[in-house]
Amino acid sequence: MFDVLMYLKVFLIGGFICMLGQVLVITTQMTSARILVTFLIMGVFLEVVGAFEPLKQFAGSGVTVPIMGFGYSLAKGAIEGGKTNGLLGVLTGGLTETAGGIAVAVTMAFLMALLFSSKTKK
Amino acid sequence: MESFERDKRYNEYLKSKIPKTKPWPTLFNAFVVGGIICLLGEVIKDLLMLIPNMESSVASVWESVILIVIASILTGFGIYDKIGAFAGAGSIVPITGFSNSITSPALEFKREGMIFGLCANMFKIAGPVIVCGVIASIVAGLIFLIF
Repeated sequence: MFDVLMYLKVFLIGGFICMLGQVLVITTQMTSARILVTFLIMGVFLEVVGAFEPLKQFAGSGVTVPIMGFGYSLAKGAIEGGKTNGLLGVLTGGLTETAGGIAVAVTMAFLMALLFSSKTKK
Repeated sequence: MESFERDKRYNEYLKSKIPKTKPWPTLFNAFVVGGIICLLGEVIKDLLMLIPNMESSVASVWESVILIVIASILTGFGIYDKIGAFAGAGSIVPITGFSNSITSPALEFKREGMIFGLCANMFKIAGPVIVCGVIASIVAGLIFLIF
């Protein structure tokens, strides 16, 4: 169950992907929104060419926790939706797959904003 | 022509003012922190799999949800920003960075009012992510639908 070799792979691959992000930050002065979008599109692309599933088998959370995993879920949802429900499935599949994450992120952000105020900029 | 000269001088001035960070330590920090966050996700998933009749796909969704909740709370307490200052992209690229990018503007724009401050600005950074993601996913779905 608790596979040490898997944990090592998760750490190394996940760390490597984040390091690629840092390379982008250093070389292009990209803002966080652009980095997020770049990796998201990368995830969608990898899923379309069929490379994400083997990567996921190999490194688990190492590839699904980075935002490209979010892109993968969106693409997977749309592709599977298309197979079962046709065009409507393509439209609904992506957000259905990721609805949990988006909903909880919005709810938590709202709750936190009610409880706290910004600490970094005063 | 004169404005071109001025722009050039301005750009040079800007370049001299941008703080120079040594690339190697930040790469290392991003690697370690990013790796730890992914590792944390994997451990959470393995713990969830201990629940009887838990399916792998359901556990993956819960894994993201739990990471998002943790990151949002840490952002609320101002801890995530400190991690971010240290780790750079190591804190942006994981799903926790997505959560941070929603909670952080929510906190910041709260003072401008509930609807036009908090609610309107919540997706300031994450908005492009959702927009691009949805469009890319529909394109992906259409490719598989047609071919």
